[in-house]
Amino acid sequence: MKNKKEKPNYSPEHIAYLKKEKNKKLIVHLSRVFVLVAVLGVWELFAQLKVINPFITSAPSRVCTTIASLYTDGTLFYHIGITLMETIVGFVLAVVLGYAVAVILWASETVRKVVEPYIVVLNSLPKIALGPLIIIWIGTGYDSIIFMTVLVSIIVCIMNMLAGFIAVDKTKLTLMKSMGAGRMTTLRKLIIPASLPALMNTLKVAVGLAWIGSIMGEYIVSKAGLGYLIVYGGQVFKLDLVMTATFILCLLAGGMYGIIALFEKKVVK
Amino acid sequence: MLEFRNIYYTYHTKEGETTAVKDLSFTVEDGQFVSVIGPSGCGKTTILSLAAGLLAPSAGEVIRGNGECGYMLQRDALFPWRTVEQNIFLPLEVKKRNTPEKRERAVELAVKYGLKDFLKKTPSQLSGGMRQRVALIRTLSAEPEILLLDEPFSALDYQTRLEVCDDVQSIIKSEKKTALLVTHDISEAIALSDKVVVLSARPATVVAQHMIDFGGNNPKSRRECGEFASTFEVLRKELGI
Repeated sequence: MKNKKEKPNYSPEHIAYLKKEKNKKLIVHLSRVFVLVAVLGVWELFAQLKVINPFITSAPSRVCTTIASLYTDGTLFYHIGITLMETIVGFVLAVVLGYAVAVILWASETVRKVVEPYIVVLNSLPKIALGPLIIIWIGTGYDSIIFMTVLVSIIVCIMNMLAGFIAVDKTKLTLMKSMGAGRMTTLRKLIIPASLPALMNTLKVAVGLAWIGSIMGEYIVSKAGLGYLIVYGGQVFKLDLVMTATFILCLLAGGMYGIIALFEKKVVK
Repeated sequence: MLEFRNIYYTYHTKEGETTAVKDLSFTVEDGQFVSVIGPSGCGKTTILSLAAGLLAPSAGEVIRGNGECGYMLQRDALFPWRTVEQNIFLPLEVKKRNTPEKRERAVELAVKYGLKDFLKKTPSQLSGGMRQRVALIRTLSAEPEILLLDEPFSALDYQTRLEVCDDVQSIIKSEKKTALLVTHDISEAIALSDKVVVLSARPATVVAQHMIDFGGNNPKSRRECGEFASTFEVLRKELGI
């Protein structure tokens, strides 16, 4: 199937084909960079020329200055660190707990049927509605924000993993049964490895939701973090700060997704 | 050996109950290759599940020798994340018999039947016929006394099917295993078996049993034998098709 080390003496036709494929890829990459540069360029130009009001729209150069000033007063990495910590802790907790719950639901059909309607309701509930309750019950520290992050992402983790577990090939289940495998053995030898692609998928969805959760949490209650900077910037009309925090958020979220995608490539062949 | 003695089996669904097997009796002697044929949907898989002890009969008795049963399914069900070798070790792991000696024996078996160069490959690198052979060696690695074959060739294309059919039969014979095959393919049953048991439509019961002893002990020479066609006709009539 995989013949990476194919003989290098291709026909000229094949070489032309490979070249064409390579060019296509190059065009896509260059176009991506171009779109980014163009958007930033037009934004900066319009702001410089006062076509748009930079006080309201900010500008790439102003974002850079803001990053620099945050860096010099030493708060840049402080805010990034806090949001990153909340997101990662929430994400990991949601995935681990979600996986565990999914295993329980897989193992017992009765439990699954009992819990199903509750999960559906919790899934459709806008989690932000629980904001006041979370503040009163858990407090105004990081734990509230982490709780919010877990809350936002865990349901999808449970549903995704359960679907992955249930989708495992029935023939393979029959095989395990015919060898006299119990539930635990079936779980270890078959269900967990077979649902690895579902896990990777879950990680990708959950990481996006974890960012939503942590920023939403910071909107409701926080003293620091990127979400805090955005809210604070909005309140005191420092749109540069809002844009800067949003920009950093884009980088972090993209980076984290990238790490997971890379991990997926390593794990799932 | 394996004996079905007046077996009844009824299964229950919300829609009602269905008698799948009714007063079924037949015997598989040690070392014998027995095929069960019947109209589709007559409960052939149920019979294998009963033989394996995955299902308990509603009435009657399944007498199994002291050996275990090994199951071979319609599709190979090889685990794609494991290498061929690891797939072959699976029954040992599940049955908690994963000792170096047992593993060595399993590998010997694989080497003996031409899987030496494939041991470290993944199933996706193998042809359909080869995959079924791996599935058979996997079944044999736990050293079962009785092999239960659930239409193991039906998912293969015609050419591969003939090939794998001969292959599986010769491996089972040379390992001196007892085998029970269920199939809807009359010619397959004749070519492979020492005995063919013909079942009725549901509820399944034995219509006729035939000992097959012409054409020597290999499927190829049997297919070439003159009696093949006449036996085929007899079985076809008994199945009512």
